[in-house]
Order: sequence, then C-alpha cells, then structure tokens
Amino acid sequence: MDIYLPIAEMSVNALVIILLGGGVGFLSGMFGVGGGFLTTPLLIFYGIPPAVAVASSATQITGASVSGALAYWRRGQVDVKMGGVLVAGGVMGAGVGQIIFRALQKLGQIDVAINVIYVVFLGVIGGLMLKEALTTLIALKRDGDRAPARLRRHVPWIAALPGKMRFYKSGLYISPLAPLLLGALVGVLTVIMGVGGGFIMVPAMIYLLGMSASAVVGTSLFQIIFVTGAVTLLHATSSKSVDIVLALLLLAGGVAGAQFGVRAAQKLRPEKLRLALALIVLAVAVRLLIGLTLQPAALFTLYGPQ
Amino acid sequence: MRAVFFLLAGLLLGGAAPTILITDLSQGQIDINTTFKGADLLVFGAIQYPQGAVPEAPPDIAIVVRGPVQPVTVRRKERVAGIWINTDSVRFESVPGFYAVATTRPIDELADDRVTAIYEIGVANLQLSPATGASDAETEAFEQGLIAAKRSAGLFVESPEAVTVTRNVLYRARIAIPAAVPVGDYVAEIHLIRKGRVVASSTTPIVIGKSGFERWVYVAAQKHSLAYGMAAVAAALLAGWIASLVTRRA
Repeated sequence: MDIYLPIAEMSVNALVIILLGGGVGFLSGMFGVGGGFLTTPLLIFYGIPPAVAVASSATQITGASVSGALAYWRRGQVDVKMGGVLVAGGVMGAGVGQIIFRALQKLGQIDVAINVIYVVFLGVIGGLMLKEALTTLIALKRDGDRAPARLRRHVPWIAALPGKMRFYKSGLYISPLAPLLLGALVGVLTVIMGVGGGFIMVPAMIYLLGMSASAVVGTSLFQIIFVTGAVTLLHATSSKSVDIVLALLLLAGGVAGAQFGVRAAQKLRPEKLRLALALIVLAVAVRLLIGLTLQPAALFTLYGPQ
Repeated sequence: MRAVFFLLAGLLLGGAAPTILITDLSQGQIDINTTFKGADLLVFGAIQYPQGAVPEAPPDIAIVVRGPVQPVTVRRKERVAGIWINTDSVRFESVPGFYAVATTRPIDELADDRVTAIYEIGVANLQLSPATGASDAETEAFEQGLIAAKRSAGLFVESPEAVTVTRNVLYRARIAIPAAVPVGDYVAEIHLIRKGRVVASSTTPIVIGKSGFERWVYVAAQKHSLAYGMAAVAAALLAGWIASLVTRRA
C-alpha cells in the first residue's frame, strides 16, 4: 500500500512504516523506553530525508508518551513541579538546539552530524547499560535471587548549587538549576536527534539528582510530552520538515506494538531485558558507525536551496 | 485525436509554410495525490510538412521534458579522521528539477555537439551554471557527481530510441515521471532534426502539482506553519489519548 508523504515528498509503503512503528513500539512497551533513538535511524535507513525523520519522530514521541504519562498521572507518580522545571530547561535547550540544527544545515553537515551524535550517544549509553546488566547478572548468579542493594549517590556539585527548592513527590531538596540544566541538555538532543531523551533523563534523574524511583518514569514522560511538542512547533515553523502523515503512520503502529511489548516483558526477567536492550542499542550504534566509515556509493550529494 | 485532426487539417491545407510540429500530451496537468507513485506521460503529435510532402527518410525527433530550474549545492564527501564527511562544495545556479530526453536515435548520431548544446539535448548538454572559483577539472567532477546523483534518483533520464515515428509523420514517446519529482511548471520541448539541424520545434507546458489532501497539508505546512505545528501536536496527543482509552478497556 503506497502512500505519498506530503512533506517528505516521496512515496513510501505505508505498511512498512506502520510495521516499523510497531516494531519500535514493541521494544518501547517491552523496555519502557520511548524508542525515538531507533525510529530516527530506521527512517533514515528507509530513505526519508534526515531532517524530516528527526522532526516527525519528535511528533510521534509526543503521541506515544501520552498513554504512559496518563497511567502514571492517575497513580500520582508525576512530580509536576519537577516536570515543570525540566520542561522549562527543555524548551530553552530546544531553542539552542534549533540554532545548532540550522547552522549545521547551512554548512551541509547535518546528515553527518546526526549520525556522529547518534554513534557517540548510543555507543556510550549502550556500553554503560551492557556493563550494568552484565554486572547485575553475574551478581545474581553468585548471590542467588537477591539483587544488590543500590546506594543513593550524592553528587557534591549538585548539592552545592544555590537556591534550593523542595520537590515533595521526588523527595528532593535541591537547586532547580540542576534539573534545568538536565532538561536543557535533553532539549538540545530532542531537536537534533528526534528522541524523547528518556534514555538519558531516567538514569540522570536517579543517579545525578537522586529522585525517588516512584516519580522518575512518570515525570520523565510528562516532560517528554511537552518538550517534543515544543520541538514539533520549532521544526514546523523553522525547517518546515514535520510530516504529519508520517508521524501518524508511525503512531498507529507504535501504539499497537507497545501493547504486545508490555505483555512480552512480563514473561521475561528485568536483568535479561536490560541486557537485550543494551545489545540492541549497541547494534544500532555499530550499524551507524559502519555507515560513516565505509566509502559511500556516491561521493557527491545534492542539497536544494535553503 | 486533436493531433490527428490537426494533421489532417494540415495535410489538406498544405501551404508553403515551413515544417511545423504539432504536439499534444496525455495530461497537461499531473496531480500528486495520496496514492501518487509516479506517472506515465505520453507525448505525441504529428509533423506537418510543407505541401504535405512526406519525405522518404525517417525524421529524427528529440523530446525533452524538463522541470523548474533551481539552485543546487553539490557537496563532496571525503574521509576525515576515519569517517566520511562533506568537505568541498560547488553551487549550480540552474539545475532542472527533472530532465528527461527521448530520441529516435542515440543523441550523438542526431546532430553535432554544437547543435545539441544549443538546444540542451542530452544530460551532458545541460547548462547548469556552476558558480565557483574552482578549476575546470574540479567543476567537471562536481558536475558529473550532480548528474550521477540525479540519474540514480530517476530525475535525469536519457532514453535513446524511445521515440516511435509512424509513417514518417506521427511521433510518440512515453516519459516516466517518478514519484520523487519536484512540483512546478514543466515544459515539453519537441525538436525535429534533419541532417543534423533543428528544422522545427514546439513547446507545450505541463503543470505538476500536489492536489487534494497532499496540497492542503503542504500549503498548511508552508504558509501557516505555526498552526500546522499545533495541529500536528494536537493530532499526536489525540491519537495517544485514544490509544490510552482503548488499552485501559482491554
């Protein structure tokens, strides 16, 4: 079933896009991650122009995060105050990211930049996850079923920041500057990579900010909705590269895939899930790295008027 | 039908006028809609000879369909620190978004280089107007890169022997318009070539545009980008909310 995408200006197989969304949705449901870091590279592999892939992926994440965020909201596991600070930072970061994005587009380096940033982030995070998952698995083998107790880390420079505020649901008394900076960093990545950034936000909230675990995922989803929404507006007004048809096709598949993913996850042990996710993340990084280092079939690429 | 009518009228009226090309298209307007997968454009017509004197030798015809001209920057990838990144670039000021030429014979057999260059018959004869301080050899390399990229995207096409001529009077050719074609004002140019010289030409306009839903979305994204962005966010939120209702019930 071929369908013409009005903004990407190309004909795609709608079933392939829906299945792609479904596959990523399955992994999202299974691992509790947004999956933007898979959607964008897969769309680029398929032949969607990188700028359109990044922008439409952000739109798709907005929709995909709603059901999760609502579920956490009903259980009272969203820290709105913390989320608000993160969103404020995220919107600022998105503005900065947009300037970088446009500059790279003008230089003609946006495609390479997106790939390099992906390789670096996926490589580092995949590596860290792999290490963590393997350590846990080995520890479990040795000590039986008892997971090792995790100490809450106290990061001195974050504790030293001025103007502390109380975040009740997060169980924190810290300066809002720390979450503001974290939000800004993720906002930059959302614009350039088309990701929600949950895969950075969640570990950073736990290990850097020391938030109580119950509020982490809900608050992360809360901020993702607003920041990806803002990023959609930025891309729509600046680069005009949001393809609403593409985003909705991805969403249709993603929503269905996520349900199967959640069910599949209940049959697997969390340590093994984390190991599998780490391997998937690393596989995407390696695939992108190969693409960057092998001599391309065509050395010359064309760029239209900007 | 119209062409045949003109042909008959031409044959009957005769006259001392020079040779005239009469052209028609299967569609003067190509609409890009949701199911657009490319189009097949039929270019056909008749040659009206002076006094209706149809020659013995088969005529040579070149049919050129070209799209709107736009500036294109060509960038060359080079290996820097192990990875391939864009380095040098050359800007070409007048690159047709689409260029297809169909001929009765290979282009180099039709006419000499000067004639094919003047009429821009053949991809190598396009005047792409490079704007650069680079050497001729460098510019040539970039031009070849541009042509190769356009060819592989199906946007530059040469089809020798794709024009069929019937009884030395009627001609026709099918031009494949790919799905990735840029929108805008196109033109079909038909040249009648005899003994290496262009003796008659005709031009017919074609409009390729998005229609219906595609046009609506495209115009909204370009002209009312903020409203379009908000609509995109709202659509995504709505889709997510509906999904959450469905999954809660399940």
